[in-house]
Amino acid sequence: MASITVASPANNIICFLADAEGRVLGPPLDLPQDAGPKELQLLLNTILQTEEKLPFAFYINDKELSSSLGAHLLQNKVSVEQILQIVYQPQAVFRIKPVTRCSATIAGHAEAVLSVAFSPDSRQLASGSGDTTVRFWDIYTQTPLFTCYGHKNWVLCIAWSPDCKQLVSGSKDGELRMWDPTTGKAVGNPLTGHRKWITGVAWEPAHLQVPCRRFASASKDGDVRIWDTVLQKSVLCLSGHTLAVTCVKWSGDGFIFSGSQDCTIKVWETTQGKLIRELKGHGHWVNTLALSTEYVLRTGPFDHTGKQYSSSEEMKKAALVRYTAAKHDSPERLVSGSDDFTMFLWEPATGKHSKARMTGHQQLVNHVYFSPDGRWVASASFDKSVKLWDGYSGKFITTFRGHVGPVYQISWSADSRLLVSGSKDSTMKMWDMKTLKLREDLPGHADEVFAVDWSPDGEKVASGGKDRVLKLWMS
Amino acid sequence: MPQGDHIDLARKRHGYRPDYFERKRKKDAREVHKRAAFAQKALGIKGKMFAKKRYAEKAIMKKTLAMHSERTNRHKADDQVQEGAVPSYLLDREQTARAKVLSNTIKQKRKEKAGKWEVPLPKVRPIAEDEMFRVLRTGKRKTKQWKRLVTKVTFVGPGFTRKPPKYERFIRPMGLRFTKAHVTHPELKCTFNLEIIGVKKNPNGPMYTSMGVITKGTVIEVNVSELGLVTPAGKVVWGKYAQVTNNPENDGCINGVLLV
Repeated sequence: MASITVASPANNIICFLADAEGRVLGPPLDLPQDAGPKELQLLLNTILQTEEKLPFAFYINDKELSSSLGAHLLQNKVSVEQILQIVYQPQAVFRIKPVTRCSATIAGHAEAVLSVAFSPDSRQLASGSGDTTVRFWDIYTQTPLFTCYGHKNWVLCIAWSPDCKQLVSGSKDGELRMWDPTTGKAVGNPLTGHRKWITGVAWEPAHLQVPCRRFASASKDGDVRIWDTVLQKSVLCLSGHTLAVTCVKWSGDGFIFSGSQDCTIKVWETTQGKLIRELKGHGHWVNTLALSTEYVLRTGPFDHTGKQYSSSEEMKKAALVRYTAAKHDSPERLVSGSDDFTMFLWEPATGKHSKARMTGHQQLVNHVYFSPDGRWVASASFDKSVKLWDGYSGKFITTFRGHVGPVYQISWSADSRLLVSGSKDSTMKMWDMKTLKLREDLPGHADEVFAVDWSPDGEKVASGGKDRVLKLWMS
Repeated sequence: MPQGDHIDLARKRHGYRPDYFERKRKKDAREVHKRAAFAQKALGIKGKMFAKKRYAEKAIMKKTLAMHSERTNRHKADDQVQEGAVPSYLLDREQTARAKVLSNTIKQKRKEKAGKWEVPLPKVRPIAEDEMFRVLRTGKRKTKQWKRLVTKVTFVGPGFTRKPPKYERFIRPMGLRFTKAHVTHPELKCTFNLEIIGVKKNPNGPMYTSMGVITKGTVIEVNVSELGLVTPAGKVVWGKYAQVTNNPENDGCINGVLLV
């Protein structure tokens, strides 16, 4: 046990440490008043017997502990009669530097840029636009790489496979096309089946299958289709929604969640395409869904170290390790944002009733996103604000105000400390989680910002919008 | 009973003649040939008039035939790629067109310095002093005539306090003081009720500008923070100029056009 010098022996505080889910770590401790977060971190590392010194953040009654224990208790008037519960949260070991400047403005698209996505290993960048092309960009030289023609109408969604080998793009006429990122050429024929435009694409997680074969697509015609890239056709069609499906997510447990304009969320299983559960509760269209493990599923086996894998088995194992670490043995959580100005927190594996209802927005919620470590949920709404909620309980934490137009999309940095938001007022803003305030203003776009993405290695942010240029931001 | 109705009366009483329908059918069939014969034989002005009528009839007939045959025609699917691409989350939503990013603020500052703007109303009717002011007689015998009452609409700032009434030369009545203006955005074509920040220039003279008199053609500065405009540098715009387009003292409200 590391020794902590006692300043005033008479004013000790009895407390016990608990983790985010409430499980108590060991017996109650007698700590001196001037113990601060650093001393607590040291203590916790020795109790947990970790090899490296992992950083932690401590919370007493949901307020972060930033000064010494005594000062914090005095400030917040916490009574010392009861045994104090200190909740600890692990923080990411690496720290992402905030991006401050626009390093490049790359023109190329002839119409508005509708979606932007970094590949999971952060080496490639792709964007889909209203001029019916998908373009690949070279991040290191900040120039265009390939232009992929083929779609006949606006390219609405793009999605990288978790092993970085394929890119799928969905367009306004209901077609999906696959592209090879190394050559920029189309792979196979276009996949037809949907009758109206594609609203979302989700790949099967890497830990379930590598090389990635299957993905799900949601469309306005109310169907979710599961496609196989090797067979080049639709293997399953999950119909059940009566109105357009706005969002589809493939969870790490092997379920597919689809949110629709008919105010319901349906949970499907993927072997036979059967409906498992229907989550009802919203009063208006479900616009967006977010899973607590979404970031890990999107990046697959790749993480901030930038390690490359040679064989599929290695990738699968690495992806599984990352997934179980991110899940922390608790069931996956799902947050849905809707046009009825509220969000619901669900635990689909345990039941069909919502765990919490998150109200507070004054306009429709356009985008919700879990932080990569699952601690927080951020929601972007048309009421010009971004709200932060607790990822485990759904409790409201704070509102980020600053935008003067509806906020369209948000993106987290890989260490969950920074959040960037793009809005209709043509600015992007970066918010800090430690201070819960605005960190950086990123102006520069000439028109509405439609898509924002932070690279998984945290180096760059890419954004595209109505002004037809792609902007890359660096620190 | 009128004279010509004996046919209808007979039909009512006895019904149609037995061979009526057959004779009608045959007669109508012969009509076509008769018409054609007339068209071929008619000469002179008669022929010309008939030909003109027949041509118009033919054109209409062709159109109706084409419309009927549309049913069996197969058209290529309309593959037009529309303009104004929006992402999927905006597709089912109607969005009002919003004001684009502002015109250059540096240009505006330069124009401000020169005192010249491109305004919608470049020339306004000059207003004489006796129209602008009304003489107010004061004093025990009402003989002093040095006070003036402003008859036009004025704007006084929020921190305005009157001079001591004994020394006040120009009186701005409270009933003619306004704080808000109905300003129309020329591109969006919608009108907002915005607060006035100040009077920038009254074309009738600098004295009226300093007094805050608002007449037709005056350039005023309004608070546009509710429009959500942002400069290219990312700063939020909160004040813009507008020009007054009506006579506020006659209407009771200030209408203006935003200068973009």
